[in-house]
Amino acid sequence: MPFALLRYGLSSDPVKKPDFPPPPSLKPAYDVIIIGGGGHGVAIAYYLAKYHGLTNVAVLEKGYLGGGSTTRNTAVIRSNYMTPESVKFYIASVGLFRNLSNEFDFNIMYSERGQLTLAHSDSTVRAFRQRCEVNRHFGGRTEMLDRQQIKELVPLLNLETGHTPVLAGLWHIDGATARHDAVAWGYARGAIERGVEFHPLTEAQDFVVEKNRVTAIQTNRGTVKCGVVVQAVAGNSSILMNKLNIRAPIHTYPLQAMVTQPVKPFLTPLVSSSALHCYVQQTGRGEVLIGGGSDPYPLYQPRSSLELKEGLLMHAIEMFPFLANTKLMRQWAGITDMTPDYSPIMGLSPIDNYYLDAGWGTYGFKSTPICGKTMAELVASGGKVPALIAPFGLERFSRFKQINEMGATAASH
Amino acid sequence: MSDDIPAVSRLPKPWGQRIDRTRPVRFSFEGKHYTGFTGDTLASALMANGRHLMSRSFKYHRARGPMTLAGHDVNTMVQLPEEANVLADLTPIAEGLSVMGQNYSGSLDHDRDAILGHFSRFMPVGFYYRAFFKPAGMWKYWEPFIRKKAGLGQLDVSFKPTYHDKAYLFADVAVIGSGPAGLSSALAAAEAGARVLLIEQEPELGGSLNWARFDIEGKKASETRALIERAKHHPNIRALTHAVCNAWFADNYLPVISGNRLYKVRAKTCVMAAGAFEQPVIFRNNDLPGIMLASAAQRLMRLYGVKPGKRAVILTGHNGGYLAALDMLEAGMEIAAVADMRSDDCKQAAPFRKALEAKNVRIYSGTTVFEAISGKNRDGNPHVSGVELRRILLETNSSGAARRGEVETSGNFIECDTLLMSSGYMPVWQLPCQAGGKLAYDESSARFSIDGLPDILTLAGSVNGYFSLDNVLQDGEQSGRRAAAKASGKPAGAELPATPKFEAEAPVNYPWPIFPHPKGKEFVDLDEDLQIRDIINTVRLGYRDIQLIKRFTTLGMGPLQGRQSALPAARLVAEATSRSISETGITTARPPFMPEKLALIAGRGFSPVRNSALWRHHEKAGAQWLMAGTWRRPAYYGDPAQREAHIQEEARAVRERVGLIDVSTLGGLEIRGPDAVEFLERMYTFGFAKLPVGRSRYALMTAEDGVIMDDGVCCRLGEQHFYVTATTSGVDRVWRAMTKWNAQWRLDVDIANVTSAWAAVNLAGPKSREVLARAGVNIELSGSSFPYLGVQTGIVAGIPARLMRVGFVGELGYEIHVPSRYGEALWDALMKAGAEFGIRPFGVEAQRLLRLEKGHVIVSQDTDGMTHPAEVGMEWAIGRKKPFFVGKRSISILEAQPLQRKLVGFTLPKNAPQKPLEGQLILDEAGNITGAITSVGHSVALGQTIGLAWCAPSQSKAGTTLPIRCENAPGGRLLATVVALPFYDPKNLRQEV
Repeated sequence: MPFALLRYGLSSDPVKKPDFPPPPSLKPAYDVIIIGGGGHGVAIAYYLAKYHGLTNVAVLEKGYLGGGSTTRNTAVIRSNYMTPESVKFYIASVGLFRNLSNEFDFNIMYSERGQLTLAHSDSTVRAFRQRCEVNRHFGGRTEMLDRQQIKELVPLLNLETGHTPVLAGLWHIDGATARHDAVAWGYARGAIERGVEFHPLTEAQDFVVEKNRVTAIQTNRGTVKCGVVVQAVAGNSSILMNKLNIRAPIHTYPLQAMVTQPVKPFLTPLVSSSALHCYVQQTGRGEVLIGGGSDPYPLYQPRSSLELKEGLLMHAIEMFPFLANTKLMRQWAGITDMTPDYSPIMGLSPIDNYYLDAGWGTYGFKSTPICGKTMAELVASGGKVPALIAPFGLERFSRFKQINEMGATAASH
Repeated sequence: MSDDIPAVSRLPKPWGQRIDRTRPVRFSFEGKHYTGFTGDTLASALMANGRHLMSRSFKYHRARGPMTLAGHDVNTMVQLPEEANVLADLTPIAEGLSVMGQNYSGSLDHDRDAILGHFSRFMPVGFYYRAFFKPAGMWKYWEPFIRKKAGLGQLDVSFKPTYHDKAYLFADVAVIGSGPAGLSSALAAAEAGARVLLIEQEPELGGSLNWARFDIEGKKASETRALIERAKHHPNIRALTHAVCNAWFADNYLPVISGNRLYKVRAKTCVMAAGAFEQPVIFRNNDLPGIMLASAAQRLMRLYGVKPGKRAVILTGHNGGYLAALDMLEAGMEIAAVADMRSDDCKQAAPFRKALEAKNVRIYSGTTVFEAISGKNRDGNPHVSGVELRRILLETNSSGAARRGEVETSGNFIECDTLLMSSGYMPVWQLPCQAGGKLAYDESSARFSIDGLPDILTLAGSVNGYFSLDNVLQDGEQSGRRAAAKASGKPAGAELPATPKFEAEAPVNYPWPIFPHPKGKEFVDLDEDLQIRDIINTVRLGYRDIQLIKRFTTLGMGPLQGRQSALPAARLVAEATSRSISETGITTARPPFMPEKLALIAGRGFSPVRNSALWRHHEKAGAQWLMAGTWRRPAYYGDPAQREAHIQEEARAVRERVGLIDVSTLGGLEIRGPDAVEFLERMYTFGFAKLPVGRSRYALMTAEDGVIMDDGVCCRLGEQHFYVTATTSGVDRVWRAMTKWNAQWRLDVDIANVTSAWAAVNLAGPKSREVLARAGVNIELSGSSFPYLGVQTGIVAGIPARLMRVGFVGELGYEIHVPSRYGEALWDALMKAGAEFGIRPFGVEAQRLLRLEKGHVIVSQDTDGMTHPAEVGMEWAIGRKKPFFVGKRSISILEAQPLQRKLVGFTLPKNAPQKPLEGQLILDEAGNITGAITSVGHSVALGQTIGLAWCAPSQSKAGTTLPIRCENAPGGRLLATVVALPFYDPKNLRQEV
């Protein structure tokens, strides 16, 4: 038995010190206001406090800590993207993730299960090989697998899927998962310990702009003055940007996922199929987690639909036929802000003191640590964009400098 | 058999209305044989045999028996050979079925993991967040052990999917639930002329009328059951029994699961009459086998004729407990005590107390069970053997010090083998909340009610807050009429009766049925083994929002999704955070309502595939297939063991003699009308105004951002008639873009995707003209009258055809398009005519190689989602004088900027150590990635490896050395050389003859 548990058992009260103190009252002004108390928002706050000594910081969250996309995503962590820009960025993220439990003193259950993505066409095989090469070039652990190797890795997987049998696989050894809520909690706890304020049930409703600077934010709890503002509101990015007349090519779609009842472990790697638009993984609790691509039409509401579930489960059963007899327990949706190139928007905005952390599509969770760290650098330096995120600026869309990750996101998330 | 356990005798009829006593059924549980009757569920049959222990709990492996007998608790989850997590209280027994418990080590009765219960203090709520990660990297070793303990049942990984189908149903009014509210609602709607679909989860209509007691005399239920027959025989009502409506999706789209079928129901209006979940009382050991909801015991006796035990204590917070007690007495059970949490002077209770006292039942008012005592069942398993009753200290007591849920310091022990409990009801909130309903808690009645529903969904009965049978029936009737009126589209009002006069009801919910014990084990959530202190400590840890509490504790995340735990948890959290219960709320109710098999939602798998008209010929010729979008195309012909050799041989045939390839899958679009030219001028980059009739031209399409979208050949068949080809996988996208743009432009043009109307072949090679002539053609084939890029319509081998001279593979060639039904005849004719010239069918692989030799780009293979024309050397295909085409503005901007990358041709030396693969990277001297290989192959004509690759513009000059990243080559690099394109026949002498 780990010592930590022994300590709990022998103490008279397991609650020695709360993870979060009761929320404080809102001050009239902060040096930095972060809008959005999801993983990204609290990670930025955490790194601002930890590395830059900035603690007069408030995180405003309209709901509860991590209640948006942080808690709805399927917690895939990986770096096997297509472009060098993305791969470098996500490899840095994976590196930070690995140490988070010990950094937080809070177990985020980082679990390096490996991610297997299946190719069913020769064009996908080509794209996978390129992703494999790029990942390896930057030190990531990725391999191309043939059918025999796939069979050995995941013996229960059906390779004869309909008319498009599996041809090859992209095996990303660094692929991992973690307890998504715990990531947000760990960052929030660390930030609050260092003096950052977290304000749940506090919605940023409008801005006061003077001389191209946001000088105050109007919330449901009153107006708060601010030095610098960061927006990190996945699913609502364009709505907030519209209030400042910042135009961004973001289209917002629901993204659905579902879990079965818990069963004993049968599947360790995260498995996804590019052609079937379906991924299957088994959570630490034993539930089979199934998801796919975003809904086909835009919507800001996280509702579930029957149509998507029908198609998705049909494909899940193609991959693992015996799942036909397991039972679905819960389906839900998150909201994804999609950009034309399937890459995020990080960095400066047309407003001088307003920074963007937006357009995260289906890949926000896995970027949480590195995005938090680099955005904190950006804020602390007064607007000097760190090299790692420089390619992801909003201006790339008007300068034809997009970072095309369409093929490398799809259903793998 | 010797190990048969004798059945406890069943109650006489009319008890046990669901079972057929003439038809015994034998099955086994945990290896022991049992007998039940047809109509029994696994749980009822086991309980009839005195077996209560059916499962082990998730975390502490506590012994658990049925709690609700309605499929609403995790305690009855058992393992079938092919299926895990089966609810024994819903699953009918079947002859020979072998049932096992699950989630134990050893056996269900002797679970070694039950020891975990003694260590619960070492596993406080969320303990896994606090440990297992030190020193760094340790989690990797702990996780497998913890995973193994998680999960419940075991999947049968050899299970083969069985048949499941789907059907659509339509109704004016869908009524969910056929209890008294549902029946009266359905009848009222049907009487008003609506087509009604009545959906009932149980095997028979009637809901609580079949098992509940509504009055002291016990007459009302049977009197009201007349409604069942009326509903069954009403011509406007279709009843689905054993059918569960598993979600509410937008606009009353209802998935109804019945047997192996998913009905997808569209209802104009919907009446939700699904009732309410009876709620437990939270006290120490409230999870022992033998403890169940009052309704569970009533179901057990009325439906299955099984007594839950011999001697019962009833713990209640409303009159329903007394009614259950009357049922027990009627069934011949001994009632040791009724503990009523309500005070001594509760007026509503008076007649019920009197009725029971008249039968010598001892009533303890203002009293609760503080702790249930565990003893042994006759099978030796843990079972309730008695309870400790304690008087509840009232909040308003003299000292004013008592907290809610506090009890006196001592009490009295009462022996019993059964404890029935009921603290009130929670409306079945899941579907209404999916429809947008909001829960609000009324402190005075201690109940949640639901409002804010769309007007196509109405609540009726106990889900709507009515519990007296008369009120429920009235509410049902009212809602049925309203739903029918709404569905008819007529304004509501005239047909509606006057608002019914509901009688005053006694409160059904006891406000605080939660009694902490210093030693804990008062379970709030049975699915997840959560005790009172787990919830309280989570709030103290700072997780104050109910959603955070759910996520930290996993409250309500178990298999039954919090049916029994939502209400007590809301109460506990509200108190711990000093908020109201309404503010605290409960977590979101997501679909599905009941666990649903994946197969039911998936239905029959459907994996569509397209074959060209020629596919049988390819099959006969030994084609190896590849998928191109949804199309199957021959990759090459012959034994896969000699794949490369076959491809090379096919390519050689085209270069040296003649080859034939099926290009039917290429997209075909007919563009017709007065504005056809204008339309094409806007859609494609090139100019088509001056294209003469009878000629074709390359057609390149870009998107608004200047990115290459597709390409093809545009043939002018008449002044206002064009036939444009598109790539196999791109044609649908092209057609969509065309129709989308013309929705805006409103040009007078007809756009038709005729891809599958035509079969097409490309006859290519130096002998192709002779083969075509031999096949018989009514047009002059000479180079002067039918030159390169010419288009003709004529007759080939007796078949009407469109002929084009195109040059994708770089030889003299004819693309011949004929109506699909003549495709096979054309193929046969050409193969026959070509026999003496050594004709050979060739597949996509050889074609790829041949076009590569010519340096032709395949859109989507050599281009990506960012490629603009200048990057692939297609500036020549841009009509610069045109005022507009889609993408023009972007292309001008892009062309004004320095190129970022360039697609180039490269060769490898003939003695290169290995052939690189598509997708391998191009590097610069410093080792930075500058591009990747898009196409590569071994050129027959050149005798060396050739390819196309992206690289930096500085690397794009012919003669430059291109380093290819290659881990197993010396130095990690293969060195290629950039060469000018095309590789083969640069002056196009061969195709333009």
